Amino acid sequence: MKRAGFATRWLPILLLLPQLAIIAVFFYWPAAHAVQSSFYLEDPFGFGSSFVGFDNYTHLAGNSEYGRIAKFTLLFTVLVTFFSLALALLLAVKADNVIRGAKAYRTLLMWVYAVAPPVAGFIGLLMFNQSWGPLAELAKSIGWDFKLGVNFGDTATAMVLVSVWKQVPVNFIFFLSGLQSIPKSVREAALIDAKSSFRRFWDVTFPLLAPTGFFLLIINITYALFDTFGVVDVLVKGEPGNNPMTLVYKVYVDGFRGNDIGGSSAQSVILMVLVLALTVFQFRLVERRIHYT
Amino acid sequence: MKNIAISSAAALSMLANSAFAETEITWWHAMGGALGETVNEIAEGFNASQDEYTITPVFKGTYEETLTAGIAAFRAGEQPNIMQVFDAGAATVIAAQGATVPVQDLLETNGADFEIEDYISGVRYFYADADGKMIGMPFNSSSPIMYYNVQALEEAGVKPPVTWEEFETVTAPALKDAGYVALSQSHLPWIFVENFMSRHDLPFATNNNGYDGADGTEILVNIDPLKAHFTAVTEWQDAGYFEWFGTGWNDNQTPFEEGDVAIWFGSSGSFGGLSQKDLGFDFSATYLPYWEAVTTEPKQTFIGGAALFAMSGQPAEENAATAAFFEYLSSPEVQYMWHRETGYVPITTAAYEMATADGHYDRFPAAETGILQLSLDASENTRGYRMGFYVQIRDVMNREFGRILTGETSVDDAFDIIETDANELLSRFAQTQN
Repeated sequence: MKRAGFATRWLPILLLLPQLAIIAVFFYWPAAHAVQSSFYLEDPFGFGSSFVGFDNYTHLAGNSEYGRIAKFTLLFTVLVTFFSLALALLLAVKADNVIRGAKAYRTLLMWVYAVAPPVAGFIGLLMFNQSWGPLAELAKSIGWDFKLGVNFGDTATAMVLVSVWKQVPVNFIFFLSGLQSIPKSVREAALIDAKSSFRRFWDVTFPLLAPTGFFLLIINITYALFDTFGVVDVLVKGEPGNNPMTLVYKVYVDGFRGNDIGGSSAQSVILMVLVLALTVFQFRLVERRIHYT
Repeated sequence: MKNIAISSAAALSMLANSAFAETEITWWHAMGGALGETVNEIAEGFNASQDEYTITPVFKGTYEETLTAGIAAFRAGEQPNIMQVFDAGAATVIAAQGATVPVQDLLETNGADFEIEDYISGVRYFYADADGKMIGMPFNSSSPIMYYNVQALEEAGVKPPVTWEEFETVTAPALKDAGYVALSQSHLPWIFVENFMSRHDLPFATNNNGYDGADGTEILVNIDPLKAHFTAVTEWQDAGYFEWFGTGWNDNQTPFEEGDVAIWFGSSGSFGGLSQKDLGFDFSATYLPYWEAVTTEPKQTFIGGAALFAMSGQPAEENAATAAFFEYLSSPEVQYMWHRETGYVPITTAAYEMATADGHYDRFPAAETGILQLSLDASENTRGYRMGFYVQIRDVMNREFGRILTGETSVDDAFDIIETDANELLSRFAQTQN
């Protein structure tokens, strides 16, 4: 059998060129620019600038607020990732068992996938409105004086809730198709071995879902770190104040609201390193231990 | 007006043989909603008043977004002719000397009359450089004032408080007994810090409030009168006299409009919006209170709001168009219209006199509060302030004040952090200016 391939070496490169050019222009060039800017303090209009070495980085290290935001981002990421995955898995396992009206049930669960993050944030804003939001009223009825935009913990709760709500459908779709790709014979064999559905789930289904789960874990961490920007932006109503925010939102606040180009570049370089580490972790450490079927 | 008519007639005759083309200029602004409609009205009025120039106003979002968009456009060489910059962004744009043409130079080179004394005293120097040359044309000038629910105060049997001592001991307890939250406000850094400084005649920053240059400018907020004020605010909060509804402007204004809060500190520019609403009660306004313990001679306040800056790098004929527009904008008729529709203060004495002569203040006494407060006694400390990265400094204040009011930190710790963070931002800004 002849291996399919190109006759010359240049053709594939030529075909790749448009894609490479896009990556270079929209990713590498701005990234290089950010690294360079992070070593300068520059006048917003571009008139003056001074080289400050690692000052922008040491400034962040010494700033108590940056540490707080990093800690919040970590907690936020863990909570959003955990609850998005856990709820979606629960719903997928239950939906997988539904026979009557299965399609309508599944469609309704996937519905929210179509909502854009800022829109999700806006819906959250309405639900948690200080004077008439239905969810705020509900919280008040159980004695929780819920105040979005006033109380740090309440605003953080709203952010987590809205972000989870927005992400569950994506995970649900993947988990459901993961469940449906588990061979029937394996399930039947398991049925003979274990009577408890709980044990069957943990001993058979869950390990077989691991590749899907791992893929989703990475996707969800990235989502919580970066794609929740729209949710955060809408829920803080454009005023950072004493509200919680994520590291990505801080980059925006300092760079695009405060016009501190050097400081915000240093923060984006830190995030770049974080993403790089996450990717290396994904490919080097974990992929080896999980067997894709 | 006559000058414009003559010059446009001259231009017309010169262009008689060639195709007639109007010079087009653009104006980026941050005036949304009803304010935006009034802005469009002004632009249409200008376009209709002459045949040489056409101005196109473009709404660019919030103040912060407009400034950022203008900066990005300038760096790309695509800047508009006129950009609206708010008080907190003034240091950034004025420090970048090549970015704008000082409005005073622009008007003088284009043959317009410019006399700084024509402008009311409160707005004269806020957007000026250290030598008193006007860099930005004050546009929507406002000041924080005290709005009150007339019925609520009558019910409680009190008058609007003149001093904070009176508020604390007389007004607030009576309002609480009458079933009201006495006080809310919409912008802590602006109302309770910046204008606290000018009202009480206190210096806000070293280097002459920052006007003498960014190098070595340090903020002076970690002081006893200010800390005492915030301590009092937390006590009022505990006593049910004061409620804080978050950093958002509207969240604090709504309870006043709904009649739950009796006294609300907002902008003189809020007047237009409030009078258009069906509030179910009469409202009026008066000056910001002061602490008698701090001063017995309260001064005028700073102007807030924003100014219009002529961006540099434009052809001479477009600059002439910008100058013509500024002249139109500062004419008494246009200023009075803007003042009447929005509540922003008129920037010239002539416009103020026109509004008085027209009986505007007999009909709406509250509309005069802003300009009267801006015309109180002035001092070295009331001219304005000039601090770089001030948008972020305000964010730091908002963050720490929010923490004070939700019990996460103490007043002393909060002011220590504000001082440290703000001074670090100021020194970082100074480094960008080399």
